[in-house]
Amino acid sequence: MMSIKAIDLDYTYGPGTAFEHHVLKHVNFEIQDGEFVGLIGHTGSGKSTLIQHLNGLIKADSGDILYHGTSIYSEGYKLRELRGRVGLVFQYPEHQLFEADVFSDVCFGPKNLGCSEEETKKRARHALSLVGMDESFYGRSPFELSGGQKRRVAIAGVLAMRPEMMILDEPTAGLDPRGRDEILNQIERLNRQHGLTILLVSHSMEDVARYVDRIMVMNHGEKVFDGPPKEVFLHYRELESMGLAAPQITYVVQGLRERGIPIDDSITTVEEARDAILSLLCTSKPHRD
Amino acid sequence: MIRDITIGQYYPVDSVIHRLDPRTKLFGTMIFIISLFFANSLLCYLAATVFMGAAVKLSKVPFRFIVRGLKAIVLLLLISIGFNLFLTDGEELFRIGFLRVTREGAALAFFMGMRLMYLVVGSSIMTLCTTPNQLTDGLEKSLGVLKRIGVPVHEISMMMSIALRFIPILVEETDKIMKAQMARGADFESGNLIQKAKNMIPLLVPLFVSAFRRATDLAMAMEARCYRGGEGRTKMKPLRYAPRDWTAYGICVCYLAGVIALSRL
Repeated sequence: MMSIKAIDLDYTYGPGTAFEHHVLKHVNFEIQDGEFVGLIGHTGSGKSTLIQHLNGLIKADSGDILYHGTSIYSEGYKLRELRGRVGLVFQYPEHQLFEADVFSDVCFGPKNLGCSEEETKKRARHALSLVGMDESFYGRSPFELSGGQKRRVAIAGVLAMRPEMMILDEPTAGLDPRGRDEILNQIERLNRQHGLTILLVSHSMEDVARYVDRIMVMNHGEKVFDGPPKEVFLHYRELESMGLAAPQITYVVQGLRERGIPIDDSITTVEEARDAILSLLCTSKPHRD
Repeated sequence: MIRDITIGQYYPVDSVIHRLDPRTKLFGTMIFIISLFFANSLLCYLAATVFMGAAVKLSKVPFRFIVRGLKAIVLLLLISIGFNLFLTDGEELFRIGFLRVTREGAALAFFMGMRLMYLVVGSSIMTLCTTPNQLTDGLEKSLGVLKRIGVPVHEISMMMSIALRFIPILVEETDKIMKAQMARGADFESGNLIQKAKNMIPLLVPLFVSAFRRATDLAMAMEARCYRGGEGRTKMKPLRYAPRDWTAYGICVCYLAGVIALSRL
């Protein structure tokens, strides 16, 4: 079942002014239900603009977006409802917190969608549990929390709307390694266990290689690659010319290959490399009695 | 989408006027405005027109930018012209229904209208040719003499510069926050006045928090670079008058003298 389909999206920022910038050039892609897709690209490649098109915050100059088969630009289409089904978490989402306490802030989303008081509270509780925040946090002011905690509250705020699809723009920006792992594992759980379709925008090739089913690469407003991580990272030289890279481990593996070691060149994660290297060491070690 | 708005309407181009010291432009504009209040005859306005026309030509700013400022005062212009035209006593010229138009009224309306338009165009030239930061620098230097009586001229000027600097940043932040809340279903458009005001809270609270956070960070960054206020502080690009500024001052003074003389005729 096809969740979202972008057809020939084109968008220019500030037409006719000194700031004119052709941000999206004929972008086409499809995301199926339940997929975990990664979106990478150099700064200014159009990633942020693209994701804001997907929930109707920005309207494309030309082209179409179909959500579950219906064009979101069709007459009378309720964009508010779309935003309840396609949740968008911006970069540094903690900047959107405003309520006096955590629980009220998380209730903001479902309330806007018109949920009853009871339903709102139920959803808020559920969302907070999904991000690992227990009741002790409910009454606290969001401004008292740590950066990582604030971020989890912000994400809960979007989850509380019970979206079918979540778009996250660099959810790990500015977090320490443990915070990053926690958030990414949570996102993975949402996808694998709860079936949420995920679009993850990231600058970390390692994160993208480890978690996603498919990567889309943006370069100067155009989509240039679209495929599984192993396939996309084989083009690491081209990625480099676009200001990106392959995961660090891929370079280690390439280095080993250049020295004549027959290791699989499509390795993109440290675990795969470890297994491959260990198995090579075992087969090449002379047998001892 | 909220764009990057720059205050005033600075038009970036290289011209004699752009290169003048901001103080020259400030005082020049003041002199021009004073001259308009002395002008009481067509001859005076002719002089003013020549002066202003020369300034416009020298500024190399396209005409359509210069008249943009007039759009804002169209209503004011119409009201003042209307009042003067129809409500002044004197020698009647003609009637439209119950509205009397007198010679004095026509004259007053004409001069009032001209004065307003020239005031706006004159100040526009100044803001079109001077960046906001140049203006605050110019003000700081000119008002420097007030430091002796305890007015914190430098601090006020620094506050103005920082505020101007942060306008585009805060505009961008507002846009981001608005979009983030809209992504959670917020509605900033519908509802009556009270509804709309309430709906602004998810926008204003994060914006204020963000502004305070930036202010704190900026203060720390400035202190970390040894900023201690205006005490003994020097500038990297101090304002220094050039020969062209003295020429400009000379022209302005002659112009003012000319207009005053013409007004006595």
